[in-house]
Amino acid sequence: MARDTVFGGARKSWKRVSALMRKEFTQLLRDWRTLVMILVAPLLEMFLLAYAVSLTVDHIPTVIADLSLDTRSRDFVNALEISGFFDVDLYVADESEVIRAIDEGRARAGVVIPPDFSVHIERGDAQVLLLLDGSDAFTLQSGYGAALAIAQAQATELMMEKISRRGAFDIGQLPISTSTRILYNPDMDDMTFIIPALAAMLVQVVAVGMTAMSVVREREVGTIEQLLVTPVRPLELIVGKLTPNILIAAIDLACVILFGNLWFGVAFKGDLWLFVWLSLVFIISGLGLGLLVSTVTRTQKEAQQATAVLMLVAMMLSGFIYPRAPMPPLVRAVGNLIPLTYFNNIIRGIVTKGVGLTFIWHDTLVLIGYAILVMLLAALTFKKRLD
Amino acid sequence: MAFKITGTHPIEVKDLTKRFGDFTAVDHISFYVNRGEVYGWLGPNGAGKTTTIRMLLGLLRPTDGEARVLGYNPATEAKTMQARVGYMSQLFTLYNDLTARENIRFYGQAYGLSRAKLRRRQAEIIEMAGLQGRENILTGNLSGGWKQRLALGCAIVHHPQVLFLDEPTAGVDPISRRDFWGLIYAMANKGVTVLVTTHYMDEAELCQRVGFLSQGRLAALDTPRRLKETHMRGQVLEINTPDPDRAMRVLKAAQESQRLPLDEVALYGAQIHAVVPAAEEFRQPLKDLLNAEGVRVNAIEWIAPTLEDVFISTMERL
Amino acid sequence: MSDDIAICTQDLVKRFRTLRGMVTAVNGVTLQVRRGETYGLIGPDGAGKTTTTRVILGLLKRTAGESSVLGYDSMRNTYEIRERVGYIAQQFALPADLTVQENMRFFADIQDVSAEEQQRRIPELLEFAGLTHFTKRLAGRLSGGMKKKLALACSLVHEPQVVLLDEPTLGVDPVSRREFWNLLGNLRAEKGLTIFVCTPYMDEAERCSRVGLMYQGRLIAHDSPKMIKRLVPGRLLEFTPSNFVPARQIVTGMEGVLEVQTYGVMLHLFVDDVARRRQEIAGALAAQGITCVGMREIEPRMEEAFISLIRRQSDQSHGV
Repeated sequence: MARDTVFGGARKSWKRVSALMRKEFTQLLRDWRTLVMILVAPLLEMFLLAYAVSLTVDHIPTVIADLSLDTRSRDFVNALEISGFFDVDLYVADESEVIRAIDEGRARAGVVIPPDFSVHIERGDAQVLLLLDGSDAFTLQSGYGAALAIAQAQATELMMEKISRRGAFDIGQLPISTSTRILYNPDMDDMTFIIPALAAMLVQVVAVGMTAMSVVREREVGTIEQLLVTPVRPLELIVGKLTPNILIAAIDLACVILFGNLWFGVAFKGDLWLFVWLSLVFIISGLGLGLLVSTVTRTQKEAQQATAVLMLVAMMLSGFIYPRAPMPPLVRAVGNLIPLTYFNNIIRGIVTKGVGLTFIWHDTLVLIGYAILVMLLAALTFKKRLD
Repeated sequence: MAFKITGTHPIEVKDLTKRFGDFTAVDHISFYVNRGEVYGWLGPNGAGKTTTIRMLLGLLRPTDGEARVLGYNPATEAKTMQARVGYMSQLFTLYNDLTARENIRFYGQAYGLSRAKLRRRQAEIIEMAGLQGRENILTGNLSGGWKQRLALGCAIVHHPQVLFLDEPTAGVDPISRRDFWGLIYAMANKGVTVLVTTHYMDEAELCQRVGFLSQGRLAALDTPRRLKETHMRGQVLEINTPDPDRAMRVLKAAQESQRLPLDEVALYGAQIHAVVPAAEEFRQPLKDLLNAEGVRVNAIEWIAPTLEDVFISTMERL
Repeated sequence: MSDDIAICTQDLVKRFRTLRGMVTAVNGVTLQVRRGETYGLIGPDGAGKTTTTRVILGLLKRTAGESSVLGYDSMRNTYEIRERVGYIAQQFALPADLTVQENMRFFADIQDVSAEEQQRRIPELLEFAGLTHFTKRLAGRLSGGMKKKLALACSLVHEPQVVLLDEPTLGVDPVSRREFWNLLGNLRAEKGLTIFVCTPYMDEAERCSRVGLMYQGRLIAHDSPKMIKRLVPGRLLEFTPSNFVPARQIVTGMEGVLEVQTYGVMLHLFVDDVARRRQEIAGALAAQGITCVGMREIEPRMEEAFISLIRRQSDQSHGV
């Protein structure tokens, strides 16, 4: 008898949940504009962001003041151009004109080669002045790095030339040969680094935003009141509301990964099923976060703003763009509150590195814990009554 | 209605029509309002009340027909006219984050009142609305009745000669509503012409003349008393019985089988109201029918129709 | 508790914490609604009607007192209540982007109505509410009156014994209002449904078997409409004076005049003896050169009774 009531209760409960899910799906499909937005926007955003957020900047418009005009200086300028990082399209007379060109935005980098460059090189104290537009951090970083590398390469080459002229060593017998191999990203292609993290971030936006909005909307138009006076339990309401969102977020994630693979050629190296399960945990944690947002906001507008703030924080602090290692501990701790932080490591691990659980178990554990905690918290704060 | 625009009445409307695409919101309406008259409009949502008021305010251009407000054509002389008319909508267009005094000042400035005049009007309106002691409370924190009187005050800050009120008492308690109507009549006594729309039957009873508006047309227009005499089809019988629920079932069945010509049968608490073609003629058949079905009848009385009865009856004939 | 009581509250209190301190929305309300009756909770905005309803349904926690529906406690047996009652919230609160049919199905599924039962009940209810031709229309696209009828149909899909309606005719035009009340009347007569309805419209009181008049969180009277109107002492005299303001001053405080209410251009006076005072009043006004038009005795309506009762209550509380 007791079993009957338990079974009967479960059956009724399931019926209510499925009614809620059907309602959510019907509403979702009916509001096709929003649905298209949810499905297409991440692809569009990825497309735009992937190109805009390209982390290394190349083809920097560059202005040159070559005061030597000799073979060595021309070699150096050539080396700059061949690197692909600098586009030399302006020659001026002196340093002040270089600065003016940067000021006026005609160039973002300037190189001043002092007079008698060859002589100094022979003497071994040659100096080149590099001027960079500091208003753009990425230009600064990339330009500086590239110029340094080129100068070093040139210097090495010259040194070897000098040494070989003296006949002491053979070219093949350099005492030190530096070679850098970029792990997991042999072509130094940013996309491999960006796409997986971007996919994760976009899906997080959808999961949090969609959930927060759908709950707040019901509260705002008052339908929540009508639902609360039916036998629907709060937990059923949560499950019924979230299931369609899980599906949408999963489709989104699949689309973005597939698109990244087909368009940007980002290879998927790891275990697909492992990825699917962990993605599910990630999506659920995002939905839970969305529910929490919905409990602290009253209007759809507030929910939207809260989601936007959350996303900004996620973008800055999750390690999506900026490495987390140099952040001050407090800032890093804020980043720890966002599921994206953990999933970034997981998705990069599985998609880019092709590693298994052994290498990402730590983040996985934290993410699972996070999902359980945030769902529990959301279920507890989700009100059974109106006050 | 054989009536010409002469410019002698504060509001004159002749064959006024407004179409939105295929939909005719206002369909050849003609009427006039006398100076100092309180003229009311009763009609379901979508009957064209708000659309007509918007045309009279010069906010919408009529598709056809003519209107004069204080002799001005709202379609072409809106700005001149608007300085002389007041408008209060059901939304109580007040700024909730301004105080009562600031709201009055804002509307006064919007109407271009001089500083001295504004100060005087502020004091007058605060007194009229009974807002003394509440002048500096944020409007959002005032209760319905205060807000409503403040909205009225803001609508008349510039001493308009004609006042349009679009459902001004929605959601206000009865005492405040009574006070509000007191204010309206005080203004009408000073010669202000008032056109008011309402959903409340008892407020329609308060108007000197009432128009029934339906589907963009003026279905009836007269004093409430005359409307009750001329526009009610049938008469209302009130049936008192110890078992109204059963009596109701019997009468409903009789209505459906057309055993008796019952226009409407409705439960009113413990009584039943039945609309019959003639009260005296049908009193006995009604009683016989109920008795035959075993329902005891204490009394069947002929009662005066309410304005709502008349309104429904008029609407059903359209 | 006796079996024929559908809704019952005892000294019900609800306080809210607001920015400006505690607000008592419901202040010691005791009421009983019998099975099969139409009970109207009537009062102006902010009187505490909605809060009372929500507490009864267990949507809000009560601060003190008791409340129950069909013998189930509002706080402890919330879900037993929710399976047995229908409710229409004040705002239109059905999913606006579902069709009429989908809304009906949704609420039927949630209330565990079997598929066969749905086949039977949904068309029946739609027919009853006059929505048969609108089954495919989105709920949000219905007119105000039709929305309320749909809400009513949805709240009845699990055949509840009691329905609670929170201002179901607010903002609805007079024609639809009348239709809606006729529907409620038919429900009561045909199904014996218990109806609890909140409304700010005084004239809707006449549609109820019993009413409770609510004002500032208190129930100031509850009885049948007829009896409530009898609570007001004296008889009601109506007339239109030629000069309103001085006329009101003259009649106020005259002997035998119990209360003066203004009604547009008219004055409504409650007097102890119509035949006698009629002459005296006309005489006193004529002495000041004021003429009276259409002086007659009228039946007091719920509104006059309500105003009179409120005034007496506030007089008492101010010790006058």
